[in-house]
Amino acid sequence: MTATTDVLPTDHPVELAHGHGDGGINTALLGMLLFIASEIMFFAGLFAAYFSVRAKYGSHWPALPEGVEFAINPLVIIATLILVSSSGVIQWGLWRIRKGDRRGLNRAFALTMLMGLTFLAFQATDYVLLADEGISLNGSIFGSLFFTMTGFHGAHVLGGVIGIGIILSRGMTGQFSARNHVAVEAVSAYWHFVDVVWIFLFLTLYILR
Amino acid sequence: MATTALSPRAGAYPRSRVYEWLTTTDHKKIGIMYITSAYIFFLIGGLMALAIRTELAAPGTQFLNPDIFNQAFTMHGTTMVFFFVMPMLAGFANYIVPLQIGAADMAFPRINALSFWIIPVSALLLFSSFGLGGAAAGGWTSYTPLSEAKYAGIGQDFWLAGLLLNGVSSILGAINILATIFKLRAPGLTMLRLPIFVWTVLVTSVLLIFAVPVLASGLVMLFIDRNYGGAFFDPAAGGDTVLWQHVFWFFGHPEVYILILPAFGIISEVLPVFSRKPLFGYKAFVLATVSIGVLGFGVWAHHMFTTGAVFLPFFSITTFLISVPTGVKMFNWIATMWRGKLRFTTAMLFAVGFLASFLIGGLDGAFSASTPIDFALQDTYWIVSHLHYVLFGGSAFGIMAATYYWFPKMTGRFLDERLGKVQFVIMFVGAHLTFFPMHLLGISGMPRRIQDYAPNVGWQDLNLLATIGSYLIGFGTLVLLWNMFVALRGPRTAGDDPWDANTLEWATTSPPPSYNFDRLPEIRSERPLFDLKHGGAGHAPALPSGEGSQR
Ligand SMILES: [Cu+2]
Repeated sequence: MTATTDVLPTDHPVELAHGHGDGGINTALLGMLLFIASEIMFFAGLFAAYFSVRAKYGSHWPALPEGVEFAINPLVIIATLILVSSSGVIQWGLWRIRKGDRRGLNRAFALTMLMGLTFLAFQATDYVLLADEGISLNGSIFGSLFFTMTGFHGAHVLGGVIGIGIILSRGMTGQFSARNHVAVEAVSAYWHFVDVVWIFLFLTLYILR
Repeated sequence: MATTALSPRAGAYPRSRVYEWLTTTDHKKIGIMYITSAYIFFLIGGLMALAIRTELAAPGTQFLNPDIFNQAFTMHGTTMVFFFVMPMLAGFANYIVPLQIGAADMAFPRINALSFWIIPVSALLLFSSFGLGGAAAGGWTSYTPLSEAKYAGIGQDFWLAGLLLNGVSSILGAINILATIFKLRAPGLTMLRLPIFVWTVLVTSVLLIFAVPVLASGLVMLFIDRNYGGAFFDPAAGGDTVLWQHVFWFFGHPEVYILILPAFGIISEVLPVFSRKPLFGYKAFVLATVSIGVLGFGVWAHHMFTTGAVFLPFFSITTFLISVPTGVKMFNWIATMWRGKLRFTTAMLFAVGFLASFLIGGLDGAFSASTPIDFALQDTYWIVSHLHYVLFGGSAFGIMAATYYWFPKMTGRFLDERLGKVQFVIMFVGAHLTFFPMHLLGISGMPRRIQDYAPNVGWQDLNLLATIGSYLIGFGTLVLLWNMFVALRGPRTAGDDPWDANTLEWATTSPPPSYNFDRLPEIRSERPLFDLKHGGAGHAPALPSGEGSQR
């Protein structure tokens, strides 16, 4: 890379390594947004499967084994509130670092991580309770859809938590500043995406059913 | 000038060439690795095709038993689509796009290396199934319930896992390409001055990002069905078997444009250069490419007319509609050549061969868009003929044109033109001899994916012709390999701009230095190099003379 910049003609305003861009969005953030677009399409595939199967069943939905009822667990409502508000917390952390407040960033990200882990713990508890009631991945189409959709979402939450952990460990060594915090922007965007997917999952699987 | 400016520490890290290739993040080396591995997969997929054709040359079982035959056509299709055409086009995009937009590399060089290295890993996963209880055998479309645990062995799981990994590679590659095009364009290179190849790769990348994850969701659901007792596609458990077809073709139709659009781009680079004219109707071409990208998501159920589960008029009309932008392109290409100063190099021959073959394939598609005709032709050799006309006569001919066109840029050496023309004639005759009779076989009712047929139904002669044709294609491939082998041992005689071309990749040395450009010409159109050479640009800086490169 050093060779690249060395051989650049100084009389020509070409920044080969970085392009001229258009001043707009940062390249890494653009990459993250495109990645999120592909993730949205992945979940769209699962949602499409859900609604096409559901349309087939009409009023006989949710399709579950004989005698099994699907009821919403209060735990899930709390988990939902936690995840939704964690989006606000991470955004607050992003606003702090945009102003150069490193400590605010670290606090917000630590709290978001905790909230994400709490969500996962509640989700795991919900899985155990559902299994006790006889709803599982196998045995019914509703169970297959429910556990695949929420399971993949949970995996994405875990991915987000790991990302937040990386930002936190970098943040604690003071690697971010008001000018340099692209990774923070990218991880926040990802976390918002994970949050929005959950809102749709919650509305679809628990409320609409 | 470059040598004097280099840091004195340069060269202090003696590394073997192998190590350098294994660890490189240079888009050009990664591009060459993509292209090389894709050619290897072309040989593997081609050998499977020859095995299939050998079995079908005459009635009766001579060469492959039905079990192996099913694995052969499944893996032939899968290999050609996911491991030949896609990585090949990704390879050319990797090599050419940063050069054509005047960038030093891709936006994310390390992710670029990751995208490439996923390909051999996923291939290993896929092909290992041959030795581990048999490969997938349900066709490249892997329709349920045939691909469910009840009917398909472990090979199907390898197929699912292999394609899932392959898809990750495609998605990462597409993100990289888009970020590169959006963020690393040289000054003056506005979107409407992008070379057409870059435009087609751009739209292809958008299609990849929106289509491949949907396939991934289907692969995951089928994997859960097969291994964890899921009920997605199993009607007995309450699932919906047609759902797989919806998911697969929602990916599958955009996929056919993923396989052909970059080839359109290649043709649109080659035809103007060897006609000494600009591409006719640049803006119409861009608009047609974008509208193909949009319409491509609204036609998927034309693969499912006979399921009785789709709204026929809608999907029939959208399918007819999508042929319009492709028709526009046909006129663009022909008008580009019209009254041009034509030079029939091998690249040009393949481009013209592309036009002729793709036209037939496209017209076939219009027939299948008409539902009554489709009901008669569904799952016959007509479909096999149609898809090979567009994928071999289209994508593969485009790839051949790209190989002859850009080989001098990548290596500094020419492929031999005489051998090239021999290869073209053999392959062109071979392709039409193989795939044209399949039209007639389809009309006379021969189903696709059968291992044997009765001797008294009159399919014998046409099948034999197709088999002879396929051997010709194989022979043409050997000519290409020989040509490459000889050329790579020859001297570097190509120079920077051997074809008197228009775009920026020819404004640097062949092969380019690792940082691509010493300096760039001023960009005021989609043909900056042409402007520089013929436009009387006045103050435009001179081309690099060639000694600026590091090696
Ligand atoms: Cu289609």
